[in-house]
Amino acid sequence: MDLLQEIVAHYNHWIIIFLMVSGLYIVVARGNMIKKLVGLGLFQTSVYLLYLSPGKILGGTPPIISEHFTVYSNPLPHVLILTAIVVGVATLALGLALVVRINEAFGTIEEDEIFAGEEDE
Amino acid sequence: MVLLTLLAAITIGIIRMRNLFAVVVLGGIYSFLMASVMIVLDAVDVAMTEASVGAGISTVLMLGALYLTKTQETEPAHRLLLPFFVAVATGAVLVFGTFALPPFGAAETPMNLHVAPYYLENSIRDTLVPNVVTSVLSSYRGFDTLGETTVIFTAGIAVLLLLKGKRGVKPGPKRRRVRR
Repeated sequence: MDLLQEIVAHYNHWIIIFLMVSGLYIVVARGNMIKKLVGLGLFQTSVYLLYLSPGKILGGTPPIISEHFTVYSNPLPHVLILTAIVVGVATLALGLALVVRINEAFGTIEEDEIFAGEEDE
Repeated sequence: MVLLTLLAAITIGIIRMRNLFAVVVLGGIYSFLMASVMIVLDAVDVAMTEASVGAGISTVLMLGALYLTKTQETEPAHRLLLPFFVAVATGAVLVFGTFALPPFGAAETPMNLHVAPYYLENSIRDTLVPNVVTSVLSSYRGFDTLGETTVIFTAGIAVLLLLKGKRGVKPGPKRRRVRR
């Protein structure tokens, strides 16, 4: 019973950690640059969850003031994550533009092939 | 909990797929699932943004980049054991850290007792906006939002500079502003 409670209380944290670690793994292990950007996105969204999930209060409602409700979830993480999402898409666009330029200059988006091509020159 | 498990399943799919087109589409599904999780977590504004920006614009940008590059990932040449080990070790340390965190849904945590009650109590009086997220974003912390738009503006300029004169072999002065 205790164990079950512990699992329910921390399940969100564990999933967040799993998402974060798999994002890290993709960024480190995969040579393809678009795949790396997808991994970076995974890492980023796991951080969104990390911020949002402690702000949730059981029995609370979304933080829109109304006379029918008294318990609201924490609005502050929502604001921070709104900013983070929008900045995230800006950096993603920049990264993809860089990938397109790299593909133009080297003819590939694989890290290994780019390094090999540089050694040949 | 079911949604979170689905998220994990999709992540495994993203790791294993070699076809980048499938990866991008899975990324879109992931973003929509993430938006559903956010609704469950009472973050309705964030969920809307994630669904439109994360699943919409990001996917379109990714597909555009795929159109300009290649859609198949090659097999990795080097060993993957070390990154895997690093990832698992990091995860283990982080899981160890979670046991000191407050349980999910608790109201009496320091984070929920610090400044958030001030915003909830005074939002109507100060700004006349019932949606507290909006009032914090554009009134209490308006300068942060201004800085955010500066970041986006800078990124937009950088993308323009990077892709300038891309397609045209003879970059005429009028054609140089074409973005994609």
